[in-house]
Amino acid sequence: MKSIETKYMEERERTLRGLAGLSRRDFLKVSTAAVGATALHGVFNPHSFQPVDVASAATVDPAGKVEPFRFAYISDSHLYSKDLNDRFVNGLMRAVDDVNALDPQPDFVFYGGDLAQLGQPQELELGAQILKNLKAPVRMMVGEHDWYLDLGEKWRSLFGDDRYTFEHKGVQFVTLNSVIEEDFWTERNLSPMERMKTVAGLDNHGQRPFTVGAEQRAWLAQQLEKVPSDKPLIVFSHSPLYKIYKNWNFWTDDAEEVQAILKRFANVVVIHGHTHQVLTNRIGNIHFHGLLSTAWPWPYAPQGLPPLTVQMGRPDPFNPNDGCGDGMVQVHADGLVDKVYALWNRNPVTVSRRYTLSGGKEDRPAAPLLASF
Amino acid sequence: MAFALLLAGLAIAASSTPARAQEAATHGALAMDQQIARLEALGITTTATDPPAGVVGAIWQASIPADNAMTPERIALGRKLYFDARLSADGTVACATCHDVSRGFTDQRPVSEGIAGKLGRRNAPTTLNAMLLTSQFWDGRAADLEAQAKLPIVNPVEMGMPDGDAVVKVVVADPEYVAMFQQAYGRAPSYDDIGRAIATFERTLVFLDAPFDRFMAGDVNALSGEAQRGMALYNGKARCVTCHPLNAANPIGSDNRFHNIGVSARHQDFGSLAKQALTALAADSSEEQLDRLALETDMSELGRFMVTKRRDDIGSFKTPQVRNLTISAPYMHDGSMQTLWDVMDHYNRGGEANLFLDGGIEPLALTDTEIDEVVTFMVALTDVRFAKEGETAMAAQRTLAATKRPFKDEALAMRRVLPFESKSAAAGQEVRP
Repeated sequence: MKSIETKYMEERERTLRGLAGLSRRDFLKVSTAAVGATALHGVFNPHSFQPVDVASAATVDPAGKVEPFRFAYISDSHLYSKDLNDRFVNGLMRAVDDVNALDPQPDFVFYGGDLAQLGQPQELELGAQILKNLKAPVRMMVGEHDWYLDLGEKWRSLFGDDRYTFEHKGVQFVTLNSVIEEDFWTERNLSPMERMKTVAGLDNHGQRPFTVGAEQRAWLAQQLEKVPSDKPLIVFSHSPLYKIYKNWNFWTDDAEEVQAILKRFANVVVIHGHTHQVLTNRIGNIHFHGLLSTAWPWPYAPQGLPPLTVQMGRPDPFNPNDGCGDGMVQVHADGLVDKVYALWNRNPVTVSRRYTLSGGKEDRPAAPLLASF
Repeated sequence: MAFALLLAGLAIAASSTPARAQEAATHGALAMDQQIARLEALGITTTATDPPAGVVGAIWQASIPADNAMTPERIALGRKLYFDARLSADGTVACATCHDVSRGFTDQRPVSEGIAGKLGRRNAPTTLNAMLLTSQFWDGRAADLEAQAKLPIVNPVEMGMPDGDAVVKVVVADPEYVAMFQQAYGRAPSYDDIGRAIATFERTLVFLDAPFDRFMAGDVNALSGEAQRGMALYNGKARCVTCHPLNAANPIGSDNRFHNIGVSARHQDFGSLAKQALTALAADSSEEQLDRLALETDMSELGRFMVTKRRDDIGSFKTPQVRNLTISAPYMHDGSMQTLWDVMDHYNRGGEANLFLDGGIEPLALTDTEIDEVVTFMVALTDVRFAKEGETAMAAQRTLAATKRPFKDEALAMRRVLPFESKSAAAGQEVRP
């Protein structure tokens, strides 16, 4: 079987061979279409380099309960074994180098799920091995690509529980497993790999939607029971805890029930993987931020895009890193965050606390378009 | 003190022993009168009114500023200025010193030598076909040839004049110039018009008659089988064409964009340099300051970032043209690659991994034969009028490459080792929540 790239190269070679036979006049006709495609861009953007200036970025809030801090994130690496796909392996390594170069180092690095592509032990082990190179401590979250071969057995043996809470500098953190699907495989007698590949597909109606599930919702409510409502809360979930587009599982089916549990808190931030793009939403007290992938960017879904999202624009098809990246989260004194999308080969995009807090009226981030394309 | 004495010594030598002074003064360039003779022998057909062969009329028109239309008088004036070393502080450096007719309209050195033997940080790009680039300098800090021409004259390590007024004074002292400026621009000499005239002359330096062009025009024998295979690789597996498009809209093979391919990542820490640069530019962000930082400090390695201050431009340099490569070695912004094989080895291994590396730069898995084929194709992009010079230069490159391939790395090229794998730090923390 030929890869898409090989087929493309062959097609291209045929075209070029054809072109070589053209007369100069015809050749010019063919290529004059490209006239004007080049343009000089003099974008002046004076303060964009500093990744995050901790001293000036931290809001001073006398009533604040949080000592401002930042953490970094890496997400959605979708590792195959190296001999099947080395780009994704290289991508995760690039992210590790990128995060290790942060000065000062973040308090911890959050991994947003989908470390593996098909949940295979060698994929997860490879990922764990690469992540060991991070200088800062790592907090792991599970994604559906990590889970559905063995229902989390290998992942848990490497990284521990798939749901947990912790406290850091005055913020209550909760990590969820939001990719629980109702059993669709037993009845159809699917093998573990068939089950995994069904979940890994988009537009595949053979699977069920993601949920947090009644059992985990009860666990969540219990964990938060004693947490005062004015304590800042940050929730990690692999799928967005709201509904964008069901066919791609950009969706959590019991999102409303989970949101109801979070409703009594003054400030909640939900940070999710899975969507591989710049994605911003706010529902009442809950501020939602997506994560970039280190493997590939998804296009925006055909429906359900939250209006607060400043779209990231078309990736350069020549550049397999374009639209990918990692990033940082600056936590402010009130527990709300500036979310930094560190897009490789583009300028970083910061979706600020002020932007989501004002409902998009203030501090709108610049659209991360390519300078010239 | 010793330096001042040396300078004084040179000045005396210039008046007393002409032969020795000539050698010291020309910085390796051919004497100006001989360069002019060589230029005439090249048979440039560009006129003030018609686009040169190989350039589409619309593009020709678009690359000439409205306030500097081509006229024979302006071409003649620019030519005189281009070869005039009096435009430099010590009278030893002209445009043609580093953009030498006999050396591919560059200086064929890693970095250029200015007055008193001062060295800059960047490789002199050729002035051949430079009019077809949409920005000038490796970092694109000048929008056109007019703006470009004015900066080296007043740069302390190039031609070293204190300012534009001082240059105008030199010109005004020559009655022939005063008359020529009157004819060309209808006014007294000014520094802006000096830039305009030089730019106009440079717009005549179009050399696009290579075996490749003849092949594309239908002469199937113009390219050897090896060169044709090289062309297929150029457009395919070797991925050259994406940044070096060769077509009617862009006949010189530059996308006019800026890319980090990691050339200087081998010896620079981009992060701390970028912080230094922001401090330096916050203090003074003038065109001249930028020009000096780019030519005299390590910040030169930041490339386009110095102009835009955008993080994604760190270590990025303008895609150079691929025309007349055989006579414009060494290669890259710092002249750090001596042969076209070095260039191919660099790309074949996926550039040099760094946090700002352009993601389109990937290991290519080219075999030695394939690399030879791409090189053969690149040789066929040299204008036939430079064929002899090119052959001599390529013979030397071939000899060098036979013993020295410093950038060659099979393991990286064949993806046995990944670009960022070679960079990763030692194992750190336990991966547990």
